[in-house]
Amino acid sequence: MSLSSSRVRAIYRKELREYRRKGSIVWGMAILPLIFLIQPLVTVFTLPASAASQLASHHELLYLLAIPALVPATLAAYTVVGERQQGTLEPVLTTPVRREELLLGKALAVLVPSLAISYAVYMFFLACVELFAAPGVASALVQVPDLLAQLIFTPLLAGWAIWLGVAISTRAGEVRVAQQVGILANLPSVAVTTLLAYNVIHPTLAIAVGGAVLLLVLNRFGWRITSAMFDRERLITGTR
Amino acid sequence: MYHLVKWLVGWLRGRTTPASQEPVAVSTPGDHAVRPPVDRLVSTERAAVPDAGRDAVALSVRNLSKRFGDRVAFQDVSFEVGYGEVFGFLGPNGAGKTTTVRTLSTLIAPTSGLATVAGIPLAPENGVEIRRRISVMPESPGLYLRLSVAENLECFAGLYEVPGARDRIDRVLRAVGLADRAGDACGSLSKGLRQRAALARALLPDPQVLFLDEPTSGLDPVAARDVHELIGELRRGGVTIFLTTHRLEEAERLCDRVAILNTTLRTVGRPGELRDRLFAKTLTVTTLAPLPEPGRVFAGLPAVDGWRQDGPAGYVLAVSDPAVAAPAATRALVAAGADVLSVGESRHSLEDVYLELVSEDEEARRR
Repeated sequence: MSLSSSRVRAIYRKELREYRRKGSIVWGMAILPLIFLIQPLVTVFTLPASAASQLASHHELLYLLAIPALVPATLAAYTVVGERQQGTLEPVLTTPVRREELLLGKALAVLVPSLAISYAVYMFFLACVELFAAPGVASALVQVPDLLAQLIFTPLLAGWAIWLGVAISTRAGEVRVAQQVGILANLPSVAVTTLLAYNVIHPTLAIAVGGAVLLLVLNRFGWRITSAMFDRERLITGTR
Repeated sequence: MYHLVKWLVGWLRGRTTPASQEPVAVSTPGDHAVRPPVDRLVSTERAAVPDAGRDAVALSVRNLSKRFGDRVAFQDVSFEVGYGEVFGFLGPNGAGKTTTVRTLSTLIAPTSGLATVAGIPLAPENGVEIRRRISVMPESPGLYLRLSVAENLECFAGLYEVPGARDRIDRVLRAVGLADRAGDACGSLSKGLRQRAALARALLPDPQVLFLDEPTSGLDPVAARDVHELIGELRRGGVTIFLTTHRLEEAERLCDRVAILNTTLRTVGRPGELRDRLFAKTLTVTTLAPLPEPGRVFAGLPAVDGWRQDGPAGYVLAVSDPAVAAPAATRALVAAGADVLSVGESRHSLEDVYLELVSEDEEARRR
């Protein structure tokens, strides 16, 4: 099977154009991460400089890895069932597009704003820490390994969240159900990042490498399994 | 992973060849009056298909059936459609027309039976190859309402990998009279204009077989006439058109042959053949006053098989050949001293054929 970059690009561009026309979709995605920032910002701002030494042994920033796991969930859950409900799926499926191409184009289109929002929120948080946190707290909080983890795991977690959402979208009968289940399905990822942030699971290099490999494999299989779940007949007729 | 890397390389290469991806220029008002000739709408390569395969058929369907559990959508359907033919597919609501189109366009799999579409066997592994050669305009336009008409077409040009997409989009928009609305969001268009945009989208890939599901639904009479003319042009260009419609006069005017489906295929043929097959040929005679002895006037006339009274001074003659029977009947009436008001062949429409067959089915179901 050979993939057509032209067809993937056509889907990807169409999706991004739709997001641009309806800006509230992307702005809506940014609200949850901003809410997520309130608790860590309050903690950081109220932390005295004397507590900086305690921070060095914690990895508070990993808490923010929950953002890429949650941001794409609703958008990914909309991708297939949303098109089906608005009646635009059938004309697309009568074209030569393969299901793998269709889903990859849609997934990439969700990934781009998700990454942009996740990194932007993260940068905003770092800027606030540098500007407003007590002297010493900022340098204790911002550690190179945590920054690297943020950089590497953000796309991996977002990718996995997207494939989960798209998979749910191929099987759901209704957009709202798909979006609710999509958020629930990503709670395990949020739980793991939270446990890492609070040192319940002690983050080590081995855990980081293992986690990255696991997420890479999950993303690869996520695409394949979601494609296998995509059933043209069921999506068009609602029966099978 | 290999496919992903290969795709990414292709994507990056694709960014350096933007000819087909450039934004479509919005044509100026008034362009809609200019319709490109058919040789520009149908490519030379595609137009060559009928010559190459004149003996071949564009669609061949053999004992095709589709069931959804216990419900039969259509059963044991067989027909053939030649290249360049306009084939009408008629039937009441729920007869299985849309399911047949979805099956032939590889959206759903048949339960049993065989078919070839544009010369390719209908099988799951041939789905992409079949969809490359066909195009479907579904009953519901299914446009992206937030995007402009041109952006909708640009997306589909990418999906069909249409070469020279920008020119092609411009051409199909002019063909359907939408060139001056290319930049308008589809959500702002009326139902009729959305229908036209969907037709433009269906014309984009220059298909060998074009499935049209109610193409004139929601169109005003002038726009519907334009679509009829366009269908005629496409036929002359060698495009096979599979037309699903409820408008029987449209089917009669446009279609070389029609099929009437009511879960099973009730009949297939040219509209004239179906009339002859279903209805006896008749002459209707009207005189100023009732004939005193009509039996003596009509008996023994050439090509007249029988007669019955229809009103006080009207008579219906069953004939084998109206061209022979009409002059003979006129002469006999004049010889009998009758004042003849009219002698004419009774014309049955495709609607009569349709209603006859469908009501037969209804009666059979009631029994």
